[in-house]
Amino acid sequence: MTRQRDDAHAQGVSTTISRASQAGPKVSATDISVFYGDKQALFDVSLDMPDRAVTALIGPSGCGKSTFLRCINRMNDTIPGARVEGRIILDEEDINDRGVDPVLLRARVGMVFQKPNPFPKSIFENVAYGPRIHGFASTKSELADIVESSLKRAGLWAEVADRLQAPGTSLSGGQQQRLVIARAIAVSPEVILMDEPCSALDPIATAKIEELIDDLRSQYCIVIVTHSMAQAARVSQRTAFFHMGTVVEAGATDEIFTNPRDTRTQDYITGRFG
Amino acid sequence: MNEHIVKAYEDELNMLTAECARMGGLTEAAVADALEAVVRRDQQTADLVVGRDERLDVLQADIERKAIRMIALRQPLANDLRRTVAAMKIANNLERVGDLAKNIAKRTIVIIESDPMVPLTRSIERMGRLVVTRLKEVLDAYTSSDLERAMTVWSRDDEVDEHYNSLFRELLTYMMADPRTITACAHLLFVAKNLERIGDHATNIAEIIHYEITGDEAIAAERPKTDPLQR
Repeated sequence: MTRQRDDAHAQGVSTTISRASQAGPKVSATDISVFYGDKQALFDVSLDMPDRAVTALIGPSGCGKSTFLRCINRMNDTIPGARVEGRIILDEEDINDRGVDPVLLRARVGMVFQKPNPFPKSIFENVAYGPRIHGFASTKSELADIVESSLKRAGLWAEVADRLQAPGTSLSGGQQQRLVIARAIAVSPEVILMDEPCSALDPIATAKIEELIDDLRSQYCIVIVTHSMAQAARVSQRTAFFHMGTVVEAGATDEIFTNPRDTRTQDYITGRFG
Repeated sequence: MNEHIVKAYEDELNMLTAECARMGGLTEAAVADALEAVVRRDQQTADLVVGRDERLDVLQADIERKAIRMIALRQPLANDLRRTVAAMKIANNLERVGDLAKNIAKRTIVIIESDPMVPLTRSIERMGRLVVTRLKEVLDAYTSSDLERAMTVWSRDDEVDEHYNSLFRELLTYMMADPRTITACAHLLFVAKNLERIGDHATNIAEIIHYEITGDEAIAAERPKTDPLQR
């Protein structure tokens, strides 16, 4: 594994996160700055996220990691007064190009939130909704196939197969989170963004989601924001530490957690005063 | 280094290091006393060393238990993780050193029964003092987190090896010249071998300190070696 990490103070220098076995990054962010009105939330953040791997974004509250995550599927577009500068390349395309339809982009770049947010519809409809509006299925049985395979990939099928018409909200928190993951993967995304997906779940449900993330890793580029150091260490291959709107350090997860280069990273992950 | 937000965590880590340092002091004394016993033909001191070894075993088990508990309850990361693992590994090395010191002390009784061999005893004493110094230096480096000092010990391991090799030849000469000395010489050879291994443990500890401070474990492969069998 080759690794290159940015120097403690070399902000804005691209952190090439690539593995020898893989080509270039799936998502490459360069000099991303985000403003909410007059307030700047991100300062020239550059980060590469490889395909078929999990990249964890860690850092204290308000450091900009969720803001950065939302840039990747242009969720910040929906926030009044928000302005994004810099480039995000998904494969070879700049996602902020005028020609890019944000709705189609969000099918390619799915998102899972902290609190599970199933639609107030049946389990089946929750998963079928995306493929249907994007025209992924031409017949009912095709749609049913997509729903079944998505639920299977999300590890939920066995638990809901006999009650697909029950409301999505009738499931437990952990099941709901897997339901929204099934919903995200039903539209065949390339990238899955997760914003603290386990913070509202108990340890068993968390373990199931982590197992699922590990499973999905073989097909997707996954970017996860987490406040749990242990979770970042368990699920990710790459870790980026955000602090005050910048990326302080990014590199292989095992290196970051055993031998971080920057004292700010070290202080944060070991629970010291920053 | 900033302090931990959780005070008890900080205290536990400090206690682990302190206990390891304390064990280091006792081990160092055990080696020095064992050497003294052989050189001065002092059975009483030898018995003391043998009797005190159990304390080192208890300490080692305690450090290991505390480190495991720390890993389970606090999930130490980065430098904290390296510090925890280092304490556990150093305690293991010290426990072995304690056993070797005990073994040296046990041989005193046989060595006392034979006639003194003054030049040989002097050689053993010189080698032993060198090893005790190495052990002391590396333990000082540990308590003061002094990388440079640890690396000095590490780079000078071959001096102990050279002493051992020359003692080996000296002992052979004695045994060939007078077969009645073979029993005592064989025991002295083990004493020398044990001292040489204590030197190796000091070098191991230097490598552990290097890992604890820098996070780099690659140094173990680069150690200068003097192999008597290759000569």
